[in-house]
Amino acid sequence: MASPMHQFEIQPVLALPTVNIPGLGMIDLSINNSILSMLIAAGVVIVLMTLATARAAVVPGRVQVIGEGVFGYIDDLATSIIGHEGRSFFPFVFTLFLFILTMNFLGLFLMFTATAQLAVTATLAAMTILLVLVVGFVRNGANMYKLFVPAGVPWYMLILVTPIEIISFLLRPVTLALRLFGNMLGGHVALKVFAGFVALAFGGGIGLLGIPVATLSLGGIVALTALEFLVAFLQAFVFAVLTCVYLNDVVNLGHHH
Amino acid sequence: MDPAAAKYIGAGLATLGMIGAGIGVGTIFGNFLSGATRNPSAAGGQFTNLILGAALTEALGILAFVLGLVILFS
Repeated sequence: MASPMHQFEIQPVLALPTVNIPGLGMIDLSINNSILSMLIAAGVVIVLMTLATARAAVVPGRVQVIGEGVFGYIDDLATSIIGHEGRSFFPFVFTLFLFILTMNFLGLFLMFTATAQLAVTATLAAMTILLVLVVGFVRNGANMYKLFVPAGVPWYMLILVTPIEIISFLLRPVTLALRLFGNMLGGHVALKVFAGFVALAFGGGIGLLGIPVATLSLGGIVALTALEFLVAFLQAFVFAVLTCVYLNDVVNLGHHH
Repeated sequence: MDPAAAKYIGAGLATLGMIGAGIGVGTIFGNFLSGATRNPSAAGGQFTNLILGAALTEALGILAFVLGLVILFS
């Protein structure tokens, strides 16, 4: 049985020369399969949204309905969580959602899942948390400490609550990165393990008993693939929701709407 | 004990933490369903909260899963 982890190995696709960028050192610009997959995802998003917004009509066509539907869905999400200021953060949330969703779906159609690379998800999580920190400090300044000191809590409880709040804040980027990574990795490993069962059932020396085993495993793959489509959407949605929630914490710090 | 065998057993034991996440996510969706069947008109508006709770709970299970992978491949 082939290793189920083989699908996540980085392989070079196009070798490009190393360039020296001042301040950063030597950067290898080679395209590997992870970068290729991300480029395809970005291209798919750009082409889809270009097609959706080209020749906009009062009675929308098919692609325009898709574009408007996704746009309205995330717009509702951002404004319902962050409030009326959600509009200013909508482009970031929308880009994250579409990019992650397309990468997840490409992993199910294509050969490589870019979101099953911890480096990719950690970068997206770091971007989100950096934006949260920048927005928080720009808008609240020194009042950022209120993030760890909830209003209306007696002082003797604050001794307990403040460390918990600080730890949970520090864990946010970690869980944000690991959730997407773990879900995509786990799902694709499970798919490959079931696919391995099909091959194993015929070569495993159980004779004719291999036919029902292989059939069951194949049915398992079909069911798991359907589940993976749900997970692929759900994880992109969860990432967008959590980005909104974390932004809401610093945008509406100290007063709930 | 063979160190390689101990490693595999340890990785398996580490992923047992996902049991808790399974129970937690099951509780969330079960309670959502029992609430949603009593008041279906309010169910749609709570979808985001439902997914949010499930995601936050699931993260702890994913931590256990990743820990298992770290033990397995280190």
